[in-house]
Amino acid sequence: MSNLIRGLRGLALAMTGMAGSFAARAADTMESAYWNLPKGVTDISNEVWHLHMAAFWVCVVIAIVVFGVMFYSIFAHRRSKHPVPATFHHSTTVEIIWTIIPFVILIGLAVPAAGTLIKQYDTRNAEMTVKITGYQWKWQYEYVGEGVSFFSTLDPESNNARQLHSGIDPKTVPHYLHNTDNYLVLPVGKKVRFLLTSNDVIHGWWVPDLAIKKDAIPGYINEMWTQINEPGIYRGQCTVLCGRDHGFMPIVVHAMSAADYAAWLAKQKGGAEVAAAAPVVATDAAVDAPVAPAAAEAAPVEVAASSPAAAAPAAVDAKAGEKLFLGNCAACHQATGAGLPPTFPALTGSKVVAGPIDAQITQVLKGKNAMPPFAQLSDADIAAVVTYTRNNLGNKVGDTASAEQVKKLR
Amino acid sequence: MANTHAHHDHGHDHAHDHEHHGPDKGVMRWIKTTNHKDLGTLYLWFSFIMFFIGGLMSLVIRAELFQPGMQFIDPEFYNQMITLHALVMIFGGVMPGFVGLANWMVPMMIGCSDLALPRVNNWGFWILPFAFSMLLSTLFLPGGGPAGGWTLYPPLVLQGGASFPLTIFAIHMLGISSITGAINVVVTIMNMRAPGMTLLKMPLFVWTWLITAYLLIAVMPVLAGAVTMLLTDKYFGTSFFNAAGGGDPVMFEHIFWFFGHPEVYIMILPAFGIVSTIIPTFARKRLFGYDSMVYAVASIAFLSFIVWAHHMFTVGIPLAGELFFMFSTMLIAVPTGVKVFNWLATMWRGSMTYETPMLFAIGFVFLFTIGGFSGIMLALAPVDFQYHNSYFVVAHFHYVLVPGAIFSIIAAIYYWIPKWTGVMYDERLGKIHFWLSAIFINVTFFPQHFVGLAGMPRRIPDYAVQFTDFNVISTYGAFLYFIAQFIMIYNFLRCAIWRKGMVPATAQVWEGAQGLEWTVPSPAPYHTFEDPPHVGDEPAAAH
Amino acid sequence: MATHAAASDSHNRRYFVPPPSAWPFMLTIALGTILYSVSMYLEERHPGPIPFVLGGALFVYIVFTWFRGVALESETGQYSPQVDRTYRLGMSWFIFSEVMFFAAFFGALFYARELSVPWLSGEGARVSTNEYLWPLFENVWPTNGPAAIGGEFKTISPWHLPLINTLLLLTSSVTITFAHHALKEGHRKATILWMWATIALGATFLYFQVTEYIEAYHELNLTLGSGIYGSTFFMLTGFHGMHVTLGTIMMISVTGRLMSGHFKPESHFGFEGVAWYWHFVDVVWVGLFIFVYIL
Ligand code: HEA
Ligand code: HEA
Ligand code: HEC
Ligand code: CUA
Ligand SMILES: [Cu+2]
Repeated sequence: MSNLIRGLRGLALAMTGMAGSFAARAADTMESAYWNLPKGVTDISNEVWHLHMAAFWVCVVIAIVVFGVMFYSIFAHRRSKHPVPATFHHSTTVEIIWTIIPFVILIGLAVPAAGTLIKQYDTRNAEMTVKITGYQWKWQYEYVGEGVSFFSTLDPESNNARQLHSGIDPKTVPHYLHNTDNYLVLPVGKKVRFLLTSNDVIHGWWVPDLAIKKDAIPGYINEMWTQINEPGIYRGQCTVLCGRDHGFMPIVVHAMSAADYAAWLAKQKGGAEVAAAAPVVATDAAVDAPVAPAAAEAAPVEVAASSPAAAAPAAVDAKAGEKLFLGNCAACHQATGAGLPPTFPALTGSKVVAGPIDAQITQVLKGKNAMPPFAQLSDADIAAVVTYTRNNLGNKVGDTASAEQVKKLR
Repeated sequence: MANTHAHHDHGHDHAHDHEHHGPDKGVMRWIKTTNHKDLGTLYLWFSFIMFFIGGLMSLVIRAELFQPGMQFIDPEFYNQMITLHALVMIFGGVMPGFVGLANWMVPMMIGCSDLALPRVNNWGFWILPFAFSMLLSTLFLPGGGPAGGWTLYPPLVLQGGASFPLTIFAIHMLGISSITGAINVVVTIMNMRAPGMTLLKMPLFVWTWLITAYLLIAVMPVLAGAVTMLLTDKYFGTSFFNAAGGGDPVMFEHIFWFFGHPEVYIMILPAFGIVSTIIPTFARKRLFGYDSMVYAVASIAFLSFIVWAHHMFTVGIPLAGELFFMFSTMLIAVPTGVKVFNWLATMWRGSMTYETPMLFAIGFVFLFTIGGFSGIMLALAPVDFQYHNSYFVVAHFHYVLVPGAIFSIIAAIYYWIPKWTGVMYDERLGKIHFWLSAIFINVTFFPQHFVGLAGMPRRIPDYAVQFTDFNVISTYGAFLYFIAQFIMIYNFLRCAIWRKGMVPATAQVWEGAQGLEWTVPSPAPYHTFEDPPHVGDEPAAAH
Repeated sequence: MATHAAASDSHNRRYFVPPPSAWPFMLTIALGTILYSVSMYLEERHPGPIPFVLGGALFVYIVFTWFRGVALESETGQYSPQVDRTYRLGMSWFIFSEVMFFAAFFGALFYARELSVPWLSGEGARVSTNEYLWPLFENVWPTNGPAAIGGEFKTISPWHLPLINTLLLLTSSVTITFAHHALKEGHRKATILWMWATIALGATFLYFQVTEYIEAYHELNLTLGSGIYGSTFFMLTGFHGMHVTLGTIMMISVTGRLMSGHFKPESHFGFEGVAWYWHFVDVVWVGLFIFVYIL
């Protein structure tokens, strides 16, 4: 119903011409993030914004002139008003003029653009370095030299809501699709260098407010940098088609004062194991990483029909295991375990699943080829999900993995 | 005016049919035909069907994007839809559409009987249905169709299953088709012109196609090479695009875009030719700056080879390369501007009427230029870091492709269909079709600029809620635009099939039209100009 | 152009318009069948050899029929000088498209040598790529990349078989030119002899190339899977080899035509087209010899 209303409203907007909608939008200023580039929170993003606006206005002015002439001619030189056509068809002078004028305009745009570009490429003198690795479909952040590293995945609330026919209205989910379990925390006022790469396919890292976007190329490292001026939370997402869940690998940057950042970092180093990993469904003691959004602890959202799980030796684990499976594994191996062969093998009837349990745990921990590692999950979670795969999805191996086992294999 | 004339009456062509092997009967006529008009018709029908399929796919895309949240389809299927939508539209819709027009019009415009290599022409056409059956059949295989985007970037595309080799081979076949078609056009134009039809007297549609054909011959083999490397990387252990073996995934992007950028001009240059033909007709005034139009097309074609990396500003090419590609890309605005200004100068102080082809031509100039403006914005590398792979890019290329390439094809069909079928289409329906198309195309694609700037990436099946409003508008536009096309379909089908009660067309059709094609009766006889006409010494009519 | 001077005499039909033909359609069926069955095979859904063999046979048959038909049209004098020019232009642009096909692979070779391999070794602002991902990798050529894909391998010395092959092909370009001159002067016997000599050279080339491949696979561990070096090496030389094979087949058929009295001293484009093709294959080889083997 609300769809229909929204639809009708959209149609009305469309019908009354885009102008109506611009006017409504123009209530926000030109900087509004909802229909123009954000001005952003870095010097570079400001420069980029001004370049963008300059280019835009140049185009508008040219458009007014060109289309003005065109519409005047359409109106004044129609046959009923201007029955006898002129016969001119050539003029070297005007042609030279209208070759040169655009050329000059373009130089006017190219020069400042080149200046900004050179700055964007200058990654020297950074005060800290973060290595970013893209996975299908999550990001890993490593604070180089600090020993802090964690994964950042779509937050569970969005993840539940975005399932086909989930029945959850995305509007009720805070920051739908623009939220993660762990934020990339950065200090303001410091030049941060990013080393960007990928583990599998090409991804793209983009946060509009920082005006940086680069592709994460497997086997190569791209560099970029930022220096954030204002504390805050800035959101973006993956921008290179990277497979099924390309639309679901957001990026959230939490910029805080240098002092807060230092405190955060110290805490990470202390309890790194737990704090760094806020799993999709926390089965451990509550995680209180300051970076983790509230969502991580929110009541688990109803998940679609639970599988029979009859033979599961540990009923409790099976429930948690299923949620973990749906949250972490189903994207590739599908909720039914059928996979998407040949790239993503079926788990139903898989030899690895039927084989030695340690091998499977290791594969989930460390990944294999196109399968990313899931080291960010806690021991208990890994045990639960592995147990789940071995006793559900049509498999009946009958054994269970324990957290201790996982710990040993880590 | 009529400074072009055929030496003698063409009416007798019909009488001669028996000695020049008339067409076979039934389907065999179409399977075995070597006649440029038959093949032109086949190409246009094929293109039409592909536009329809590609359009349906775009509706699937738009339906899913109507609201945030996943309503109808799986993300994987969404990716298959965008990939196939683009491949079908580009290789099945626009390119065969232009080839069909070239088939029909180039021989008639330069005064010869057929294309230079008629059997090869037949081959070039019949490859297409086979190639697209192969490509579309992947939708019914386990794992579905190709889902890596039309740009086929590795390593993602290598994760494809059974669809992968079929996609690659379909592209190989399309390449063969395009290359044979292009060689045919080049040879025809270079070798078959009527006496007196010097290069600088050729109608601009012929000129633009000549240059397009050169582009095709130069870049389609490169695409074939690129996808061959994909194939061997997947099945034969090569490491072209694998860093571990010393290759580079970005290398594919370079090779692809070395093809891909000229490809987008392949989709616009013939459109320039069409517009340059239509505007003078309805302005009743010679085309302004004929020579500079030719030079502009040639410069655009030349520049198109040295700008490819503007699609790759964010892949981390070295600064010097980035600057080079930014500057060279911006340069393209200069010759394109020359073309736009020449069109305006042609209209200026003409005596214009606004029949449907003219409306579409004017719509083209207006909307293509808007697409060109966003192109120039994209060319600014530092700002492209914000635009790249956002809906701003989607808006840009649909502006140059839909009201660009497609409007020109539609304009061309309205313009020449009386010549092809011998009957006039319904002008009133044509105008309604124009206005609905022009309005809804903007409703569809204009909001995409905003949503892109606001941060919505392309190729996503679901989006954050702040992007909802513009997507809703866009989806309405897309459905209404699609529906509006049925008016055109009805109008054309009446001309092509149910001709009863339609007004017969005269040979001249448009009072201001000039060029050899208007010297033959409507409908044009099966064989035209078996004896070449003589083109007078004065500047060619189409100027 | 000469065409403009030609009188437009309506009885002297200038344009050659072929009758409707089923060849192209059949050729497409053949092509489609081959590609479909290869696709199935690649995805391990073995369709068995039958579709492939049938498609291949149809393909060969149609190509043969088509070319024979064209040869007959030519020999029965249906072609005007204009058709001759059409074939010349068509063949030149076809060869150009082949050049561009090779350009893609040469491009890959240059890219790997000038950009990707140096980058992996940390050159050109790519220090971190090397430092973090491939710390031990150095820029050398030949290479199979930082992960040493395919294992250690040795390369083929340019100064043995490849040099001989270069000489063979260069010589064959000369012999085919002799054949052409002989044909123009009406010495049919000599033409045929020179053609057989050219064919023999081409076949010897192929024989040596096969030998070289066998050695590469069995003794040098140089395979298609030997990283970027193996990839570029085998793709470039392999596609070249296919073109040599095709050229040789074309020469055999042209020689057959010569032996059955086809071609006239003043009009023999069928022959010249093959000669052009052969020169093109030769030029590509020289490029290969320099960039793949020597440098
Ligand atoms: C018909 C097809 C077509 C045409 C004609 C163009 C024309 C142009 N395109 Fe476009 N482009 C595409 C099809 C096309 N493009 C497609 C399909 C993509 C996306 C591919 C993908 O990723 O899937 C793309 C993407 C694309 C990008 C990459 C964006 C990104 O991914 O980040 C860029 C960047 O530079 C670009 C630039 C341009 C420019 C500068 C022109 C110029 O030719 C435009 C020149 C015209 C004008 C400027 C207007 C008229 C001129 C005047 C009135 C004179 C005065 C004007 C000035 C001085 C400004 N295009
Ligand atoms: C020529 C090319 C072409 C055309 C015509 C279109 C037409 C349309 N496109 Fe397409 N589109 C692309 C090329 C094209 N597109 C490309 C290259 C991509 C990128 C894919 C990728 O990311 O890999 C893309 C992606 C793309 C997206 C982005 C998907 C994403 O990134 O997630 C969207 C979303 O709205 C979209 C929508 C539409 C719509 C609503 C139309 C409508 O205009 C469709 C309606 C049109 C018709 C129904 C045809 C009408 C014409 C005729 C009927 C002609 C008649 C002809 C004869 C009689 C001969 N397209
Ligand atoms: C990004 C996609 C992806 C995700 C997410 C993923 N996997 Fe996998 N998985 C793969 C791929 C690819 C393989 C095949 C690896 C190989 O053998 O090359 C695989 C293989 C496996 C196998 C071995 C199957 C066999 O028969 O070879 C198991 C078991 C497995 N995954 C379990 C899991 C579990 C448990 C999770 C979640 C915690 C998970 N996977 C998440 C991609 C994924
Ligand atoms: Cu990762 Cu898109
Ligand atoms: Cu481009």
